Amino acid sequence: MDHLLTVVAWGAALLQALLYAALAPLLVGWIRKLKARLQNRRGAPVLQPYRDLRKLLVKEVRVAHTASPLFRAAPYIVFVTTWLAAATVPLVAVSLPTAAIADIIVLVGLLALARFFLALAGMDIGTAFGGMGASREMLVSALAEPAMLMAVFTLAMSAHSTNLASVIDYQLGTFALRPSYLFALGGLILVAIAETGRIPVDNPATHLELTMIHEAMLLEYSGRHLALMEWAAQIKLLLYGALIANIFFPWGIARSFAPAALGIGLAAVVLKLLVLGAALALVETVLAKMRLFRAPEFLNLALLLALLGLLSQVILEVGA
Amino acid sequence: MSITLLPLLQQIVLVLAAIVLFTSFVLLSQARLIAAIHAFAWQGALVAAVTTVVAATGQTPHLYFSALLTLLLKALLIPWMLHRLTRRLELERHVESLRRPTLVIMAAVALVIFSYWLVLPIVQQELAYTRNIVAISLAVVLIGLLMMVSRQQAVAQVLGFMSMENGLFLAAVSATAGMPLVVELGVAFDVLVAMVLFGVFFFQIRESIDSLDVDRLNRLTETSDEGEAATGREIPRAVAGEGG
Repeated sequence: MDHLLTVVAWGAALLQALLYAALAPLLVGWIRKLKARLQNRRGAPVLQPYRDLRKLLVKEVRVAHTASPLFRAAPYIVFVTTWLAAATVPLVAVSLPTAAIADIIVLVGLLALARFFLALAGMDIGTAFGGMGASREMLVSALAEPAMLMAVFTLAMSAHSTNLASVIDYQLGTFALRPSYLFALGGLILVAIAETGRIPVDNPATHLELTMIHEAMLLEYSGRHLALMEWAAQIKLLLYGALIANIFFPWGIARSFAPAALGIGLAAVVLKLLVLGAALALVETVLAKMRLFRAPEFLNLALLLALLGLLSQVILEVGA
Repeated sequence: MSITLLPLLQQIVLVLAAIVLFTSFVLLSQARLIAAIHAFAWQGALVAAVTTVVAATGQTPHLYFSALLTLLLKALLIPWMLHRLTRRLELERHVESLRRPTLVIMAAVALVIFSYWLVLPIVQQELAYTRNIVAISLAVVLIGLLMMVSRQQAVAQVLGFMSMENGLFLAAVSATAGMPLVVELGVAFDVLVAMVLFGVFFFQIRESIDSLDVDRLNRLTETSDEGEAATGREIPRAVAGEGG
């Protein structure tokens, strides 16, 4: 009986990981469609990102003469680490075995590993754009990472655990309006916007600007390499969306592996992500992209919010 | 007593108090005067909201009156007066160049930690659930003081002073469920009079040194001839301003 339960749990974990890869292009398609509608355009169909990925996957790969083996390996490393990071974030069900083997700090570490190889690949060919993009990516991430860790520690201090599943369980079990969660939510949203390269930090829709960050590192990629890089970026967006949706608004997530609970969990997370995606599309339509040198101010605000979350947790919530 | 054991209304009080602290940080780092005045108005409105909810949770109906007074004075009247002053002084588009903004913010964070350490003995007295807010209100007072120290612009310094008053009021509400009504009315009247006097002083400073940058008040020798040149230009505008 115990044995069977383990098999079911790992099956669910595997299914959820596959769900991440399958749903990620859909979220991007939904955001693009909404943005187009908000700008009075008809926009591409919601399923367009899938078609783009399929097209890129069957196309021939062209690699520059100066490329080292690292350039060819980087897309696979980036994709796998991002996917692995995503597998540790509860999407549909909360008590998965993958959540038990990796806590929030490992999640941040896996994302840092993917970013490291992305930046290396950007610099590998030796073009000016690649190096520029890599240096900018490092500037943003060096400031975003402490803010994210601070926000995450705020949650961990309330739940007395750095495990995501315990944090969500704690939030489900004891509902309270917490000032620290409010600040952590604000900080984490700012970090997510910076890390996934959305407006106002980076513009995901163009690779014709001198201000680009993420796209500048991918300029030399083609074919299935480009497909994997794009897919990894889409999974990362879904990962942050699921992180924000499930930690701060965990209601509806499945706590057992019964089919009904899993169905409700899936419906709930899809609904939450649709709302989050709509909010992101609205924000991107309303705001303009910032100058690159204002990005540190933006991330300082994220750090300040996370720090205030930590302080208000200590001052207001613990008590004597 | 952990936050999960408190009723919902008391949790709302704590959340609002935390946002008051956040508006203090916004005020501190805001270089645009109009936006800073708006942040100050929001802080006043939040303090009024805290007072209202504290009144709703306990047997202290006189706090409703103080909340109304705070809302009218701190969130509406004084921001409106400051707004009118900046318009008259033609400072609407003025963007102050902050000196070391990140360092100032870090100092403010240190002040929050310091005030928490300072009120720990009070917190251990088990007064009421609002006792945790005493640290927040002390931090708001200290951040207001820091704002007066770190800014050169006179209007921004007045904003710091007014936000200190917000912090003191919050401390009174959270530690002892408000002051007697006579004291509160007196303080409110004092703040109002201070605001009127500040308005007069702004025009005086402006007339004598042609700027509201108070650092220039230190340079006595230079400003004397500069000031004469300036007053010749300034008087028509100042007179027109006072008339309209």
